[in-house]
Amino acid sequence: MLLAILPFLMGFGLGNAWVRVLDFVLLYVLLAIGLNIVVGYAGLLDLGYIAFYALGAYLYAWLASPHFGLHLPFWLVLPLGAMLAGLFGVLLGAPTLRLRGDYLAIVTLGFGEIIRIFMNNLNAPFNLTNGPQGMNLIDPVSIAGFSFGKPLHVFGMTFPPTYFYYYLFLAFTLLAIFVALRLQDSRIGRAWAAIREDEIAAAAMGINTRNMKLLAFAMGATFGGLAGGLFAAFQGFISPESFNLWESILVLCMIVLGGMGNIPGVILGAVLLTVIPEALRYLGDLQRATLGHVAVDPADLRMLLFGVALVAMMLFRPAGLLPSHQRKREFAAEDGVAEQEQANLYDTRA
Amino acid sequence: MDIFAQQLVNGLVLGSIYALVALGYTMVYGILELINFAHGEVTMIGAMVALTVIGVLAGVAPDLPGVLVVLGGILVAIPACMLLAFGIEKIAYRPLRKAPRLAPLITAIGVSIILQNLAMLIWGRQYVSFPEILPTTKFEVFGAHISLLQIAIVVLALTIMACLWLLVERTRLGRAMRATAQSREVAELMGVNVDRVISATFIIGAAIAAIAGVMVSAYYGLAHYYMGFMLGLKAFSAAVLGGIGNIAGAMLGGLLLGVIEALGAGYIGDITGGFLGSHYQDVFAFFVLIGVLVFRPSGLLGERVANRA
Amino acid sequence: MHSSKLALSVVSLTLAISIAGCGNKAETGSNVIKIGSVAPLTGPQTHIGKDNENGARLAVDEINAKGLELGGKKVSLELLGEDDQAEPKTATIVAQKLVDAGVVAVIGHLNSGTSIPASKIYHDAGIPQISPSATAVAYTAQGYQTAYRVMANDAQQGKALGQFAVGKMAAKKIAIIDDRTAYGQGLADEFEKAAKAAGGEIVAHEFTNDRATDFSAILTSIKGRTPDLIFFGGMDPQGGPMAKQMKSLGLTAKLLGGDGLQNVNFMKLAGADAEGVIASSPGLPIDSMPGGPAFRKRFEAKYGAIQVYAPYAYDAVYALVDAMKRANSAEPAKVLAELPKTDLQGVSGPVKFDAKGDTTGGAVTLYEVKGGKWQVLETIK
Repeated sequence: MLLAILPFLMGFGLGNAWVRVLDFVLLYVLLAIGLNIVVGYAGLLDLGYIAFYALGAYLYAWLASPHFGLHLPFWLVLPLGAMLAGLFGVLLGAPTLRLRGDYLAIVTLGFGEIIRIFMNNLNAPFNLTNGPQGMNLIDPVSIAGFSFGKPLHVFGMTFPPTYFYYYLFLAFTLLAIFVALRLQDSRIGRAWAAIREDEIAAAAMGINTRNMKLLAFAMGATFGGLAGGLFAAFQGFISPESFNLWESILVLCMIVLGGMGNIPGVILGAVLLTVIPEALRYLGDLQRATLGHVAVDPADLRMLLFGVALVAMMLFRPAGLLPSHQRKREFAAEDGVAEQEQANLYDTRA
Repeated sequence: MDIFAQQLVNGLVLGSIYALVALGYTMVYGILELINFAHGEVTMIGAMVALTVIGVLAGVAPDLPGVLVVLGGILVAIPACMLLAFGIEKIAYRPLRKAPRLAPLITAIGVSIILQNLAMLIWGRQYVSFPEILPTTKFEVFGAHISLLQIAIVVLALTIMACLWLLVERTRLGRAMRATAQSREVAELMGVNVDRVISATFIIGAAIAAIAGVMVSAYYGLAHYYMGFMLGLKAFSAAVLGGIGNIAGAMLGGLLLGVIEALGAGYIGDITGGFLGSHYQDVFAFFVLIGVLVFRPSGLLGERVANRA
Repeated sequence: MHSSKLALSVVSLTLAISIAGCGNKAETGSNVIKIGSVAPLTGPQTHIGKDNENGARLAVDEINAKGLELGGKKVSLELLGEDDQAEPKTATIVAQKLVDAGVVAVIGHLNSGTSIPASKIYHDAGIPQISPSATAVAYTAQGYQTAYRVMANDAQQGKALGQFAVGKMAAKKIAIIDDRTAYGQGLADEFEKAAKAAGGEIVAHEFTNDRATDFSAILTSIKGRTPDLIFFGGMDPQGGPMAKQMKSLGLTAKLLGGDGLQNVNFMKLAGADAEGVIASSPGLPIDSMPGGPAFRKRFEAKYGAIQVYAPYAYDAVYALVDAMKRANSAEPAKVLAELPKTDLQGVSGPVKFDAKGDTTGGAVTLYEVKGGKWQVLETIK
């Protein structure tokens, strides 16, 4: 209920710009839920997650923009983008199955950079991505002839496209939350948890660890690709600079801060890390209004605060703001056995 | 031929710098199995501190020979970085030694962000330039141009690596470090002060990083708050390439990565008939890394990490 | 339990923000015309962004002091300055904010990377956008009749540079390096086209990135092709060390660049090796502008030294108000109908737009480092 009227509250209370912020919050929630499957559920640290977001966005741009003259409908393009991202998830996962935590982190980081570099450079010899100039004039979502690209005028009020996108994104986010929650308690979810805790024991219990890890990569990537497609349609313009390493780290920060493996925690993390920088902007406005100039640059402060928050969270509340029940138990445990378990939590080495 | 010789020289100099920074990663990983993401930033702080001192010295005593000025900068940067690394380990890593493995990795990323932004607040967002005080003598060998500075970098890097090798293999501290890497618990039982050994590892790595930072900024003539991140990433890749935890491996990995990058940028276009150009330089380096990890997951020379289950 | 907690926190958050936001809304009478100005006011480009805003503000203050009458009513202008942090995502958020606030036009943004995504929002809202400094070709090539600029674009600059390289510098074999940013790649491609058309031979096209410091590998590979000119599409942090490394590798070719190199920082980073480097900058040097010296005086009295684009932001406001006067209204649709007919003598030179919204009076000036200073070589119209 509240979620249904939220954009109106924000729109009239704070202006439509905040509805746009809300849209971005939902996109990041989608991303965070996807990454949480890989990192939180299966315990595979992925530092190149944004590559899947990029793939989804670029596929949308290829199939629905003047670049190739194709204008396919979004309900066809979005699933294709999600599938492409999922396929790349498997492609990334397959060669890295034998790698353990830290090496996996560095390989995924490399993968993320490789995708970005290719997107940035594939304007020659064949112009696939338009290089650093980015792709423009991407088709907005349109449902049954109603285009999201134009503002709607009713009852003397004007609703910019951000309102329609809010409900579209909300629908996908709710779907993602539903899928993620169902997965968590399914056979698959329990298999992931087993691999995360102890891969050898999981294999001994008859879990096909190879397929399960690949599935985690594919599922996570699919969500990323979906979010990417939505982003492309929403923004209408994409360029490789939107998909850099810091975006990957930002999404990781969201799930760490909120509580890895726990969906409400992940959502909270995504909301906080998207809204706080926007709120910090008022700090700059406030300084300009009172001092006439900006004494402390909030943009400088923002990243510093992120860094401090990351360190402080790990030191004082390592399981996140809203930890999962299991994680909470593990961190609260005092006896040696539990401690031993903790030490091996992400140790998936053979 | 002269072009090839020049590319080799380019790669070797770049590789020596990678190797020096890689030592810090490899030592810490060998003992704690932690990717110290902040190590690249320690290198950057070293460069920034040294540049500040060098700027002041060059202003106060303009007649001092450039080499001495730079030496003064290094001498201040080393203790500064040592102190910094000691503090980082104590505040951000030590309390998490028994936490899940993801936890210290995330604090490492956090510390890295903090250091970058602090450096930006202190030294500004602009690139800081290195004063032109070093001699620019050049030699020509096989048609390749080699400067005195390049020779100094390679020689100094090799000397430091030899010293470090001696320290680890021949001294008491080195033995304690190796024991701690094998098994922290057993080392402790044998009377090794594990905390002190770990601190020492961080401090030694930081001192080397400080020297590497000064080398980078002198070689390229600039320093910047962002310079540590990519350098750190490349150096870590070098450490993995050679076999992490292995000092000789870091050296080999660094030099190899430097040469691969130089040759990659120089010849990738010719090899692929112009399809891929020097814009894929980093892709090339990452593919080599992934290839090595997939086919030889413990690096070229193998890792020295005790394989605890 | 968790979800109710979450809902609660969302409610309180919304409330807190709504309350905080209430103070921001100021009711304004219909005789105040709001104009937006967007540029990065935080981050690395703060000084350039503030400069743009000050240029626009000077024009607004002057027009208000003189008095403006539209449709028989006395009106005054109000400039709303916003910060886009030079980031595409933030740019769309502040663009929406300005549209909400009811601005009739926007002067901005500073960068091409922000002007392009924001232009969609202004286009949807039907309000004119005049950028003082976005130079990417794509900005006006989207078919939006709302997007204008008052500065020569990358194509115009790249063309001038290419012709200069082959014509005046008599370069026969040319090597190109670009930094794979929207700016560097755009400029380098336009340069390549123009240089080829003028009869120059491109012997190599190498690439780097905007974080790199080591160019020895690509420079060595270029050296093997023995060019007599190297063109770099990119910024000073790369251009400085590149000039140094060219010397230490024994390359004798001249280095030529765009406005990314034409600044003081480049000379600091390149040191003695900056000598002889040639770079361009769109527009005229401030003292050669028709109204330049007078503008400099007025501007410096209020805001201190001019950074770069202030005169263009100033002209953009005047072009806008000029269109309002002709339309005798501040209504965006009517102003948009008048903007294409703009023919104004601004401080930066004549302001006229072509069918796309690009300026037709754009000049490009070339500078060379001589004796540790950028000296004007010549201006190409």
